[in-house]
Amino acid sequence: MDHFRMIFQYFQSNSESVMNGICGLLTLASIKMYTSIDFSCPCLPQYNMAYGLGIMFVPPIALFLCGLILNRQSLVMLEEWSRPQGRRKKDPAVIRYLCSSIMQRAMVAPAAWIIVTLLDGKCLICAFSGSMDPEKFVDFASASPVQVQQLLAKVPCKDEELMRNNTSRKAVSRYLRCWSQALGWSILLILIIAAFLARWLRPCFNQAALLQARHWSNYIDIEQKIFEETCCEHSRLFAHKCILHFFESMRQEVKLHSFSLSREGEGSEGDQALLRGITDQDQVNKLLKMWYYEKPPLDVSKATQR
Amino acid sequence: MDKFRMIFQFLQSNQESFMNGICGIMALASTQIYSAFDFNCPCLPHYNLAYGLGILLVPPFILFLLGFVLNNNISMLAEEWRRPQGQRGKDPAVLRYMFCSMAQRAMIAPVVWVSVTLLDGKCITCAFCTSVPVEILGNASHPSLSQGDMKRVLARIPCKEIYDGQELIANEVAIRYLRCISQALGWCFVLLMTMLAFLVRSLRPCFTQAAFLKSRYWSHYIDIERKLFDETCTEHARSFAKVCIQQFFEGMSTDLVAAHCHLPRKAPEDAGEATEKLLGITDWDTMNMALKSWHRCKPPLHLHTPALPSGNGWAGEGQPPVHRSVPQREMAAYYSWV
Repeated sequence: MDHFRMIFQYFQSNSESVMNGICGLLTLASIKMYTSIDFSCPCLPQYNMAYGLGIMFVPPIALFLCGLILNRQSLVMLEEWSRPQGRRKKDPAVIRYLCSSIMQRAMVAPAAWIIVTLLDGKCLICAFSGSMDPEKFVDFASASPVQVQQLLAKVPCKDEELMRNNTSRKAVSRYLRCWSQALGWSILLILIIAAFLARWLRPCFNQAALLQARHWSNYIDIEQKIFEETCCEHSRLFAHKCILHFFESMRQEVKLHSFSLSREGEGSEGDQALLRGITDQDQVNKLLKMWYYEKPPLDVSKATQR
Repeated sequence: MDKFRMIFQFLQSNQESFMNGICGIMALASTQIYSAFDFNCPCLPHYNLAYGLGILLVPPFILFLLGFVLNNNISMLAEEWRRPQGQRGKDPAVLRYMFCSMAQRAMIAPVVWVSVTLLDGKCITCAFCTSVPVEILGNASHPSLSQGDMKRVLARIPCKEIYDGQELIANEVAIRYLRCISQALGWCFVLLMTMLAFLVRSLRPCFTQAAFLKSRYWSHYIDIERKLFDETCTEHARSFAKVCIQQFFEGMSTDLVAAHCHLPRKAPEDAGEATEKLLGITDWDTMNMALKSWHRCKPPLHLHTPALPSGNGWAGEGQPPVHRSVPQREMAAYYSWV
C-alpha cells in the first residue's frame, strides 16, 4: 500500500508525469480498440481501398485530437497564447516549448495505431489487393480483366467459397502482408531513431534557453493550479461568513419580534450560542423559508468588520 | 481498502474530478452493457428497421438522462434557477455554465454507445438489410422476385440459419457490405465528435476566458454554500434535539417528584457524573413512565431558556421548568472548523 501511495503521489505531484500517464493509457486503449474491433474488408472493387485506408488513417486523427483534448497543458498553452499582455510580457519560447511537448505526447497513440495496423497487415491487404499485377499470379493471369478485378478484390476474404483454397489468393496475401510488415517495422525504426537523436542531441543545442522555457512553462502550470485552489478556499470562507451572517440576522429578527423568551441567562450562554437564538419550530421553518425565498446578498463586509 | 480510500479521497477532494470519474464509469458501463446485451434481430421486413434503430437510439437517450440524474448538481441548478431573486441577483451566465458542464459530461456515455454500436455493425446490418443493392452485389442470373418476396428474403440476411436467398445474393457478401458501411459511419461519427470536443475546448480560452472564470467561481461558490448551509442546519438540529430531550427528562423528574411525593432527590456532593446522568429517574416505574410519555406525548418543538421561571406543574405536556440546581451541562463543541 505504501508503494502504491508513493506512486500515486509521484504521479500527482508532477503534472508532466500525469500527462505521460494519460499518454500511455491512450496508447494502450488504442491497441485494445484495434484488437477488439472486428475488421471486415468489404471485398468489393470500389470499396476496398477506401475502407482499408480509412481504417488506417481516420482513427489516428481521432486519437490525436483526443490526446490534445485530454492534455491539461493544452488549455494552459492556449490561455497563455491568447491572454492580453497586461503587465507581464509574453515569451514565445515558452509557448513553443509547451506546443511541442503537447504535440509529441499527442502523437504517440496515433503512431501506435498505425504501426499495429501495418504489422497486422489486414488493412493493407484490403486496400491494395485490387492494385496487384495479375500477371504474376497463375490463377489471375488467365481470367478476363473484369473478372480479375473482382477476384483480386475478394483476396482479403478468406472464407469466400471461390477463395478458400486458392493458392494465388494466399500468394497475394503473403506478398502484401510482407510489404505491410516491412513498412511497419521501418516506420517503427525511423520513429525510435528520431526520438533517440532528439533526446541525445538536444543538450548540444541551446540548453540554457531550453531550461528557461521548461522552468517558466512549469511555473505557468503551477500558478494556474494554485489560483484555482485559492479561489476554492476563498469561496469556502465567503460561504461560511455569509451563512453565519444570515443566522445572526435571523437571531436579531427573533429578538425584535419575540417578547419574553430571549433573555440571555447566566448559565446558558453555551446553549444559546449553539442554537443561535433559534429555539422554536416556527423560527426554524421561517429560517429555512427565508433561505430559499430571500437568499442573503453576496456581501460579507459587515460580517468581516465585526 | 487503503488504496480505495485514497483514490476515493482524491476524487472527492476535487468536485470536478469526481464528476469526471462518474462520467468515465458510465462510459465503461455502456460498453459493458452493450457487450452483455444479447442482440436478436427479428429478421422480418418491417420490424428490422424499428428494432435496429431502436437499439441504436433509445439506450443513448436513457444514458443521457441517467447522466443528469447521477449528477448531484442538477438539483443545485434547478434550485438556483427557480429561486426568487430576493436580495441576491441572478446571473444567467452562471446557470448556463452549470448546465453546459453537466450536459457535456452527460453526453459522453451516449456517444460511446452509438460509436460502439456502429463499429460493431449488428444494428445497421439488421436495420438496413432490406436496402442492400441487389443489382450490384447479387447474382445477375437469378430470376427476379416480386417486391414483397425480395424484401422478405433480404430481411433474413442477419439470421444466417434461416437465410434462403443464397442464390439471390450471398449472405457473407451482404453482411460484409453492410458492416463496412456501418464501420465507416462509426469512424466518421467518432471523428466528428472528437473534432467538436476539440473545437469547444480550444476556442473557449481564446474568446471568453474572463467570463468563464467568473461563472466557474460563482458556480463553485453556490455548491459550497449549499453544502455548508446543510452542515450548519444539521448541527443546529443536533443541538436543538439535545436541549429538547434534556429539558424533557428534567421536566419528567421534577413533576414525578412533585406528583408522587417521593423524597426530594438530594444531590450529594460525592454523587459523581453517573448519578447526574440518571436525571432523577432511578426506578423501573419511573423509567417506564418516561418512555410511555415520550411515545404518547412528545414535547413541543419549543425550547425554554433556563432563566425563565415557570410555575406550571406538568400536565402531561412537555413544558418543563428547569432545575435551578442543574449544573451547567457541557455540550459537545461543534465549532471545530470555525
